[in-house]
Amino acid sequence: MKNTSTTGSGNLIANLQKAEALRVHSIETFGTHDGPGIRLVIFVQGCQFHCLYCANPDTISIDGGTLMSLDQIVAKAKKQKPFFGKNGGVTISGGEPLLQRAMLKELFNKLHKEGIHTTLDTNGKVIDKQTKDLLETTDLVMLDIKHINNDWHHKITRLSNVNTLKFAEYRESTGKPMWLRYVLVPGYSDQEEYLHQLGDHFKNYKSIEKIEILPYHKLGVHKWEALGWKYELEHVESPEITSLKKVSDILQQYFRRVEVG
Amino acid sequence: MKSQTAETKDLIEKKLLNLPLIDVKAFVEKNVIPYYGDDSFLEGPTQRTTTLWQICLEAMLEERYKGGCLAIDTETISSITSHKPGYINKDLELIVGLQTDELLKRAMKPFGGIRVVEGAVAERGLEVAEEVKNVFKHTSDHNNGVFSAYDDEIKQYRSLGILTGLPDNYARGRIIGDYRRLALYGADELIRAKKNDLKAVNGVLNEHKIRLREEITSQIKALKDMIVLGNSYGLELNRPATSAKEAIQWLYMAYLAAVKEQDGAAMSLGNVSNFIDIYIEKDLEKGLITESEAQELVDQFVMKLRMVRHLRPGAYDEIFGGDPTWVTEAIGGQFNDGRTKVTKTSFRFLQTLYNLGASPEPNLTVLWSKDLPEGFKKFCGKVSIDTSSIQYENDDLMRKTRGSDDYGIACCVSYQELGKRIQFFGARTNLPKTLLMALNEGREEISGKKVLQDISVLEGEYLEYEAVMENFKKSMSQIAEVYSRAMNIIHYMHDRHYYEKAQMALIDSDPGIDMAYGAAGISIIADSLSAIKYAKVKPVRNEDGLTVDFIVEGDYPKFGNDNDKVDEIAAYITKFFSEELAKHACYKNARPTLSLLTITSNVMYGKKTGTTPDGRKEGEAFAPGANPMHGRDTDGAVAALSSVAKLDYRDALDGISNTFSIIPKSLGSSREDQIENLSRLLDGYFELGAHHLNVNVLDRDTLMDAYKNPENYPQLTIRVSGYAVNFTRLSKAHQLEVITRTFHESL
Repeated sequence: MKNTSTTGSGNLIANLQKAEALRVHSIETFGTHDGPGIRLVIFVQGCQFHCLYCANPDTISIDGGTLMSLDQIVAKAKKQKPFFGKNGGVTISGGEPLLQRAMLKELFNKLHKEGIHTTLDTNGKVIDKQTKDLLETTDLVMLDIKHINNDWHHKITRLSNVNTLKFAEYRESTGKPMWLRYVLVPGYSDQEEYLHQLGDHFKNYKSIEKIEILPYHKLGVHKWEALGWKYELEHVESPEITSLKKVSDILQQYFRRVEVG
Repeated sequence: MKSQTAETKDLIEKKLLNLPLIDVKAFVEKNVIPYYGDDSFLEGPTQRTTTLWQICLEAMLEERYKGGCLAIDTETISSITSHKPGYINKDLELIVGLQTDELLKRAMKPFGGIRVVEGAVAERGLEVAEEVKNVFKHTSDHNNGVFSAYDDEIKQYRSLGILTGLPDNYARGRIIGDYRRLALYGADELIRAKKNDLKAVNGVLNEHKIRLREEITSQIKALKDMIVLGNSYGLELNRPATSAKEAIQWLYMAYLAAVKEQDGAAMSLGNVSNFIDIYIEKDLEKGLITESEAQELVDQFVMKLRMVRHLRPGAYDEIFGGDPTWVTEAIGGQFNDGRTKVTKTSFRFLQTLYNLGASPEPNLTVLWSKDLPEGFKKFCGKVSIDTSSIQYENDDLMRKTRGSDDYGIACCVSYQELGKRIQFFGARTNLPKTLLMALNEGREEISGKKVLQDISVLEGEYLEYEAVMENFKKSMSQIAEVYSRAMNIIHYMHDRHYYEKAQMALIDSDPGIDMAYGAAGISIIADSLSAIKYAKVKPVRNEDGLTVDFIVEGDYPKFGNDNDKVDEIAAYITKFFSEELAKHACYKNARPTLSLLTITSNVMYGKKTGTTPDGRKEGEAFAPGANPMHGRDTDGAVAALSSVAKLDYRDALDGISNTFSIIPKSLGSSREDQIENLSRLLDGYFELGAHHLNVNVLDRDTLMDAYKNPENYPQLTIRVSGYAVNFTRLSKAHQLEVITRTFHESL
């Protein structure tokens, strides 16, 4: 398996389709925070968002990573099956998996043939026919909501949240399970009014099993430095326990389960 | 049906011979009450237990302040009957018996080697009494015996650290007496049985039979001494135990006899919890005791086991850090008939870690089966997360491969059928040093001394895989031969000068024996050979032509990432070395086995081994046991575990040790998830055919703080390659090594 260098996303996708492969950043065989049970987590390469606090900025570029064939991934997952128990399985995270959604559909189909549970950890930025096909074979969606307010969403990610909300709406229409994930960044995503707005937006969703609050941390800052990028949230500290508690209390008014990740 | 007939015939023959039937296994199988529930029935400590434990804690604190040894009796040679009874606080003790007349006072057991005892005593500023020294002017000891028979080659291997930790100047340990026998039958009955055995060894007497007669006679003496020991505490050990309290007391007295006579490196307890459970359940049923009282008996028994001490020299601590005694107790597992061996007392033993706090001893070892009751699996997970004081071994694998379901764990990880087989401990050889000799024409890499013969010069700028392998295999063959010679001498002499008569009195006469060879540094070997095979490795040699460094060009697969290319090398070398060892006949017809285990000696091995081709620098610690090298496993814990699981247990029947350290959060977000994920991790690992796993659930920050402020962590327990240890009792070098070791902490 050789690393093909590409100049644009068009080429990238074309190459990937030819190769029946995913562009992978890294893997974690003992994933315990990205879906239920013990999971094989594949972090794929490439993301449309450019989140200010991204903990894995090295996954943003669509050029990096290594190609891993679907069969390689399935073989790995099969080998790991004894560890999955009743709940575990495979999670595709990133980067942003939807950039490789056609290939992921193939992968999830293959995993289902082996009786392996599939989870997609996504920003929901692309909602087209291919995404909808992928969601058919996705047992659990973990949808990352960066912000409910579009201006703030722009500020955090450089892009809009319209598609993400559409994505959620579509998943709800399929009646299949979904978790929401919300990164809590002091001064950026902890405004009370917007937390209420977030809750209000989703309060009638039946597909949402829980919302996970992910406290902002700076563990990825050194990667920004390595990339030669400026990290703009240098001044922001992880949220205090009291603040987490407050946010949790607000969200509990709207969601069945609120967990702090 | 055929086997049943054979069994019946055997029974009749035994009856004809008027032999009593010593069969603890049948007793347990018939009477045990498996427990499928959860931990909700458990009770906390009684006031009595807490008060008594407080006295022990204070004594241990004082012991620590005195440099790790509270007091030594320098006047007496320890034996089953050597000391007057000792108590912690007689009024509070339900289970009595100490090794000497005072808590934590250490006794001299000089038959392993008087010189070592003299040294250990001198290190404490004391002197062995003249009277004791005089004894050894007229008799020999194990150490002396061994060195009178060692040849120059063995001595050279030993001094250069090719073979290390050999029990040639201390007691070999590892033998597990079936301590249940004393409780079930009483000493009188056991003596009768041994006398019958003695009668049966007759006819034409060869050396084996003569030795056996002598051994049985000494065992009878030991059983009589146990009665005397019991009498001094007002106990009638001559008869069977009749209550839970007596069963535990009798069993402990049998164990106490063993640790009064022997200070073997490891003095395991066996598998006593479900045996004890039978007596507890009977007493509970009759209303003689309450659950709280049942727990109190177990707590007090375990407290006694925590107070076992041996006199060790400082040099010993360099190899086996933390003053271990390896009172290993195996808990759980399944019967071959499909029932679980888990009883309420399995829970009660683990509960002692809450009632008395975390502790390295006794070395609690859960025999893990996929079929264990879910309630017990959950409780194990909970206890592991809270105390890091449990290790796990693959019960399904061991029963399938070894046969019997009535077994204990000798020392750290080794299967031993109870009362039927024993083990001859043999420490280990240094595989990375062996590889370096293969690269240096048979010369030891640090001294330059010629050790191995016919090792060709490796030509060329880069190391060539096939040529290296050929040299390495030749080196392993030669080492296996010398190693075997050393072991035969050691165990011959140990039998002769320091025979374990108390333990052997509780084992069938003439049992089967496993010769326990060992090897350290398998992950370094795998990575080094992988580097040579898949990257380019250029040796850097000094003016004497000895390798001092290696330049690795390119990347290569590393052990611990579930990559067959390198994992297969590790498996192959294990198999090869095991087969080489098996080529040599063993003393007493023992069966050769191999362990991949280092205990804490991985630090010392590292210090004495030059730079290796995998990039490990001279002096750097080895990974413990069969662990991947620190920081080289990049794909997470499952991949690391999967690599180790590829080492075939059949090639290392003495055990394949793996130590797994993880921060709590990496196990899962909620406590519920953490417990569940730990269970699944163990299920998965063992389903892959892996043998052993130490589990540490600790924050690196906690360890750093304990490193800096040991006084705040008197009971901090961590697991190190096959056993648990009190972190603050490790040397600073060991402590740092533990902190550096891979923590699986990805978020």
